[in-house]
Amino acid sequence: MESKHVHQQIAAMRQSFFDEEVLDEFFSQLEQLEDQNNPNFVEEVFTMYFRDSTTLLETVEQAMKTISITFAKMDKILHQLKGSSASVGAKKVLNEINKTRQVLEKGNLEGTKAGIWEMRKEYESLKAKLEPYFQLKQANSVPQEK
Amino acid sequence: MNVSSVKGSMSISSSTSTWKAGDTISDQFPAGLRVLVVDDDPTCLMILEKMLTACLYKVTKCNRAETALSKLRENKNGYDIVLSDVHMPDMDGFKLLEHIGLEMDLPVIMMSADDGKQVVMKGVTHGACDYLIKPVRIEALKNIWQHVVRKRKNEWKEFEQSGSVEEGDRQPKQSDDADYSSSANEGNWKGSKRRKDEEEETDERDDTSTLKKPRVVWSVELHQQFVAAVNQLGIDTVPKKILELMNVPGLTRENVASHLQKYRLYLRRLSGVSQHQSNLSTIISAQDPTFGSLSSLSGLDLQTLAATGQLPAQSLARLQAAGLGRATAKSGIPITLVDQRNIFSFENPKLRFGEGQQQHMTNKQQVNLLHGIPTTMEAKQLVSLRHAAQSVGNMNMQVPPPGPQSSQNNPLLMQMGQQQQQQQSRGQILVDSTINHAPRLSSMGQPILSNGMATNVSSRNGIPENIRAPGYSQTPSMLNFPMNHASELPGNCFPLGSTPGVSNLTSKGAFQEDVNSEIKGSGGFMPSYDVFNDLNQHKPQSWELQNVGIAFDSSQHSNSLQGNLDLTQSALGQQGFSSGQMNGHNRSAAVASKAVFSTGDVKELRSAQNVNQHLNNLLVDNTIRVKSERVCDTSPANIFPDHFGQDDLMSALLKQQESVASSENEFDFDGYSMNNIPV
Repeated sequence: MESKHVHQQIAAMRQSFFDEEVLDEFFSQLEQLEDQNNPNFVEEVFTMYFRDSTTLLETVEQAMKTISITFAKMDKILHQLKGSSASVGAKKVLNEINKTRQVLEKGNLEGTKAGIWEMRKEYESLKAKLEPYFQLKQANSVPQEK
Repeated sequence: MNVSSVKGSMSISSSTSTWKAGDTISDQFPAGLRVLVVDDDPTCLMILEKMLTACLYKVTKCNRAETALSKLRENKNGYDIVLSDVHMPDMDGFKLLEHIGLEMDLPVIMMSADDGKQVVMKGVTHGACDYLIKPVRIEALKNIWQHVVRKRKNEWKEFEQSGSVEEGDRQPKQSDDADYSSSANEGNWKGSKRRKDEEEETDERDDTSTLKKPRVVWSVELHQQFVAAVNQLGIDTVPKKILELMNVPGLTRENVASHLQKYRLYLRRLSGVSQHQSNLSTIISAQDPTFGSLSSLSGLDLQTLAATGQLPAQSLARLQAAGLGRATAKSGIPITLVDQRNIFSFENPKLRFGEGQQQHMTNKQQVNLLHGIPTTMEAKQLVSLRHAAQSVGNMNMQVPPPGPQSSQNNPLLMQMGQQQQQQQSRGQILVDSTINHAPRLSSMGQPILSNGMATNVSSRNGIPENIRAPGYSQTPSMLNFPMNHASELPGNCFPLGSTPGVSNLTSKGAFQEDVNSEIKGSGGFMPSYDVFNDLNQHKPQSWELQNVGIAFDSSQHSNSLQGNLDLTQSALGQQGFSSGQMNGHNRSAAVASKAVFSTGDVKELRSAQNVNQHLNNLLVDNTIRVKSERVCDTSPANIFPDHFGQDDLMSALLKQQESVASSENEFDFDGYSMNNIPV
């Protein structure tokens, strides 16, 4: 059946996230919070996450361009990103953030730039992966096995 | 986005019923636990809210610390536990933690993606019940109720042991009954109690049965007695001796022991920050307008200060007297203060009450001490103060605009400090500390003073924490403390207190002059006022300060220099803040009118300036901040030099201000870490 097929597809997509370690167990936690009343909770959360972190990421990138950027400020932004990424289970993004933070601590500006670039990459990748997933899921909102 | 409980407030307000059941430890527990979660990250906030709901808790969410604080204040007994993020833009999570601990005494759990040891340690020292690393697991949230139970249990025990065992038996139920949170919320309870039962303070010891909670309210008076006893016996004495010396019926050794512990923490904190500041703060805090009974605070603060070796005994006496004198003044002030205080929303209602009570208490004796004095200053002082306020204002000014409290305070303070540095430093510090705390907490006035005397104040605001606040004085955030102190300090710090007029920071102008000199001891608040006036410019922050300051003023008019200074400062701080005028005033005020500031001036100043409200808030905040900052610089000795004569104090203050001014800027609430250590 079509719907079944779609569901399988959705499930497969989801599984791939875990396999590729794009998402971690916290994502599952979020899923657990979903229920009949909030069927799209996870999606809502990610919408919010994407919105805010886009801004943060841009700020960080901008900051890197300015000469007078302070590490403290940068660290603050990265910390924020870290918190939300960790909470949604965005594993790869989180890893990149952590790496970048470490590099930043050492005072390595160039390294930080590279780190941010990596972060951006992972972030975009995550977004690209999750958006279709959510769309598909919502379109076929039938309780799925998790 | 402002999610402050937009969505989910799952009814926090409705929480009342869920938990109150006196024996809440029923099967239902922990379902219905009223949780307030604060996090600036909307994603995390959303997730947390969902998780908490899944745990069957009643969740209210806020994305800003200030919103959270105001919610807590509006409904003191409406929450059982608070979850807060560490890194927030408007206020540091630790500061919020301290505020809550002081004002509401609720268990607070910190969260952060940062799991560094230092941060976690900081959480612990600031009194957090727990520290969760983000991403938070739902399992971790399932267990947060244990902190609520634990806290209540501890409070209960304290009560039981406090000589009213029989009451204790039924008290626990009653208390739970009255407000679940109240039991857990010492501060709240006290505050509300204070409000309700005026005589409570006096009767608390004797009549525990009327108390819903078997908790001893450390009223200003009681605290003063305590401090006096401690001073006599030495800080290393044992609770038993203190108890004997105090000879208060109904008070148990356990009560004294826990109070002593808090007091010691407070002192430690004070010395950590720098004695000066604490002293000043205490003074200023005493003036906390919110307290209304600033006078009492000042006295207390003075005691504290004295205890810390800063203030000579006589200064203390003076301040206390002043504070007491203020008490009378307070009566006049309470009204004004009350209004202002209301702005703070914090404790105001309580304070009012407290003040009323305080006044009774303080009034008894010296009530009129400052009464007369301030008047003289008033007219002229106001004028001169205004101008002179600068210096004072500096100190007080430091109190950052109520807005971003912590951060802002400094700048304001700084400003004030610069001008008034000298005078203000003292007062400001006190004020600052108070203000810092206060502005937001509205306890402003108090905090400053309280810091030093924090312990004293506890009774006032019902927040025993004040004692801890002393540490705060250092950190501006302690403003809240002042509130408490206010009651206590009144005697000490605000010599000005007595003058009703003073209560208004307006007098600040006058105060300022006095403050400058007074700050040291007499007017206490004068400088603060000035500062505040000057601060007017900074007004944006919180006119609430004014209230605070004003409150201080009135109560503080008592002549005690020290008290005055503090009070004035705070009062001024609050008032002055807004108008910067205070600065000028502070200086002159301080010097001139030791007593002048006290109430009489303050009031006048206030009204004139209208700043009061703002200033008070500001001042309080700023002052406190400034003070704390200032104090730091100047080495404790400076703040309250041995020659605590008013003039001396003033000069000392001035000196300090100058020195402090430089350092103040950084005053952040880091100073306090000890405040919320659950006792």
